[in-house]
Amino acid sequence: MGLRAKDLLSMEQLDKDEIDLILYTAKEMKNIIRRDIKKVPTLRGKTLVTLFYEPSTRTRTSFELAGKYMSADVVNISTAASSVVKGESLKDTGLTLEMMGTDVVVIRHGMAGAPHLLARTVKAHVINGGDGFHEHPTQSLLDLMTIREKLGDIAGLKAAIIGDILHSRVARSNVVGLKKMGAEVWVCGPPTLMPPGMEEMGARVTYELEEALRGAQVVMMLRIQLERQKSGLFPTLREYSRLYGLDMEKLKIASPGALVMHPGPINRGVEISAEVADSLQSVINEQVACGVAVRMALLYLMLGQKGE
Amino acid sequence: MKYLLQGGLVIDPASGLEKELDIHVENGRIKALGSGLETRGLVVYDLRGKIVAPGFIDMHVHLREPGGEAHETILTGCRAAVAGGFTAVAAMPNTRPCADSEGVVELIKARARQAGLCEVFPIGTISKGQQGEEISEMGSLYRAGAVAVSDDGKPVASSEVMRRALEYTKIFGIPVISHCEDSSLSAGGAMHEGYWSTVLGLKGIPAQAEEIMVARDILLASLTGGKLHLAHISTKGSVELLKFALAQGIKVTAEATPHHLLLTDEAVQGYDTNTKVNPPLRGPEHVQAVREAVAAGIIGVIASDHAPWSREEKEQEYDAAPCGISGLETAVAVCWDTLVVSGRMKPLDLISRFTTGPAGVLNLGCGRLEAGAPANLTVIDPGLKKQVDAGSFYSKGKNSPFHGRALQGWPIMTIVEGKVVMAGGRIKEEPKD
Repeated sequence: MGLRAKDLLSMEQLDKDEIDLILYTAKEMKNIIRRDIKKVPTLRGKTLVTLFYEPSTRTRTSFELAGKYMSADVVNISTAASSVVKGESLKDTGLTLEMMGTDVVVIRHGMAGAPHLLARTVKAHVINGGDGFHEHPTQSLLDLMTIREKLGDIAGLKAAIIGDILHSRVARSNVVGLKKMGAEVWVCGPPTLMPPGMEEMGARVTYELEEALRGAQVVMMLRIQLERQKSGLFPTLREYSRLYGLDMEKLKIASPGALVMHPGPINRGVEISAEVADSLQSVINEQVACGVAVRMALLYLMLGQKGE
Repeated sequence: MKYLLQGGLVIDPASGLEKELDIHVENGRIKALGSGLETRGLVVYDLRGKIVAPGFIDMHVHLREPGGEAHETILTGCRAAVAGGFTAVAAMPNTRPCADSEGVVELIKARARQAGLCEVFPIGTISKGQQGEEISEMGSLYRAGAVAVSDDGKPVASSEVMRRALEYTKIFGIPVISHCEDSSLSAGGAMHEGYWSTVLGLKGIPAQAEEIMVARDILLASLTGGKLHLAHISTKGSVELLKFALAQGIKVTAEATPHHLLLTDEAVQGYDTNTKVNPPLRGPEHVQAVREAVAAGIIGVIASDHAPWSREEKEQEYDAAPCGISGLETAVAVCWDTLVVSGRMKPLDLISRFTTGPAGVLNLGCGRLEAGAPANLTVIDPGLKKQVDAGSFYSKGKNSPFHGRALQGWPIMTIVEGKVVMAGGRIKEEPKD
């Protein structure tokens, strides 16, 4: 039993069994992270490259640690310090990495579909570390893992994803992932930040925060970026925060003990109040811990099993 | 050079003729048209089971020369044209420099003559430098041979400039070809806005970005009495507006492209940049409406919007890749398969969209089969099934979303002024120095 495809490009491509397998494997991996000496030889002699065209702390670091905990050699490329600034195309960068013997490339890119282009170009495994507004599958996997750890079965839960749905790859991956695991998914944000077709993707749509929160066991807040205000999608951060920000008062509308999640980095006082972020209901830090475990599981399932 | 085209089904939309006839070609002209014509002394092409039509005209192609020779030249573009069954094309002016001066128009004509394969009708720009600010020297462009004006590739944002262009062209009776796009709505967009743009995370272009400008230009045509032609119509709303305009008696014509007749935005799945085109591939309800409008003759022209790109341009991220499809060599087969084989249109009607339709818009004398007329002919094999192989295109642009698709109904002969320039999909060029 393993993953069907060479690459992980989206949650869309995974079936429920594959998601279960990744989450089950990730649980095992978490035991390694808890050890005093966090090192297993599973991926010795394998090479992982992180190729990031956009800034990232969490995703890049957790992939790097995931590789290192399993003894893979890890190389980080940030495009500001690479041939990309000399105008090298993604195709040529991919071919170069291929010739150097890379086994897995994790790519983050500002343009949707860039991981697909890379996956067509190289024989190495490609993991999508976030592409444009398309998907961020490993974020969704770590979110699912966090929910499962805290609440058990995901099926039947009401999950509300709140904020800038239009520009959020996390929202898309989570709508797909949560639906596949049987949750009822709501998306909520101002109409200017709501893309068409969310209902067709299986989500319920509302512009009212209260409706999204009512009875929700999982509340996912999304980061709002100031540049969206500049492009006229909402009037001010202050008004946004008033309508869609989560504070302790509004959190009471959700199911008692509902999980509060955020992919980070958070804007305290904008989409989420400091009290909520630091409350017992917030699992933002648990998400980070699950992030390393899920990425270890993926690397193991892609590389570690091939009859060595 | 004299020969006989024997036994083909001759279809001539201009006269309504649809009959199995022989055509005797001599000295570049149709010498005779009739049944059982004398074969003695003539090379005979047996065309039984094939369709013989007036030479097809593609009134919307980008030949890229001057300036874009890495993507296409007038020679390679003409090869693609005759390989695709076209005896004439009209070349869009968005070259570098653009065709806003007599010099560029004359260069295009001279290079086309050198190529010696098919007729190339240059189109001049609407505005100087395609900047959308001041109208170009349309009189000079017209005298040099421009058959229309267009800022295709860029919309004319200013209603005032569009108004003046529609007025000024009345001196010459040439059409203004409008690329309808409200740039403030389409900016940064990579595909049609809808379910698939959400799933794929690409910025969408709403149908209304086209329709707003279609509405504006129709109103300006009504104001001015100018001759408006709407390029590459792709939405249901545009079709509705067109119906409104025709009902009002406003002078407006329109074209649709083969790709908007066959593909929906679902084709963008997988991020194949060959599906990136402007206007974008639309949802099924739009495709349906455009097909119906073409079938009903509300849209009277099919044009390929041939937009070749070199490989490296398309081998990029979807957002970074340029828009365009290399369409000359698949236009006829895509339409035949989609519209005739499926039973949506009769052969005669489809042929008119490639002949009398564009000839009418551009005031061209061609597009008619009769004794004495220049022998510009396109022969179609309605039964021929073939898989598209973009790698074997004559065009430099291999950017086709149809690669690998099996299609039925292909051009098998192209005859330009009596010369058989294409037979069996292969070009016959006279050796040049």
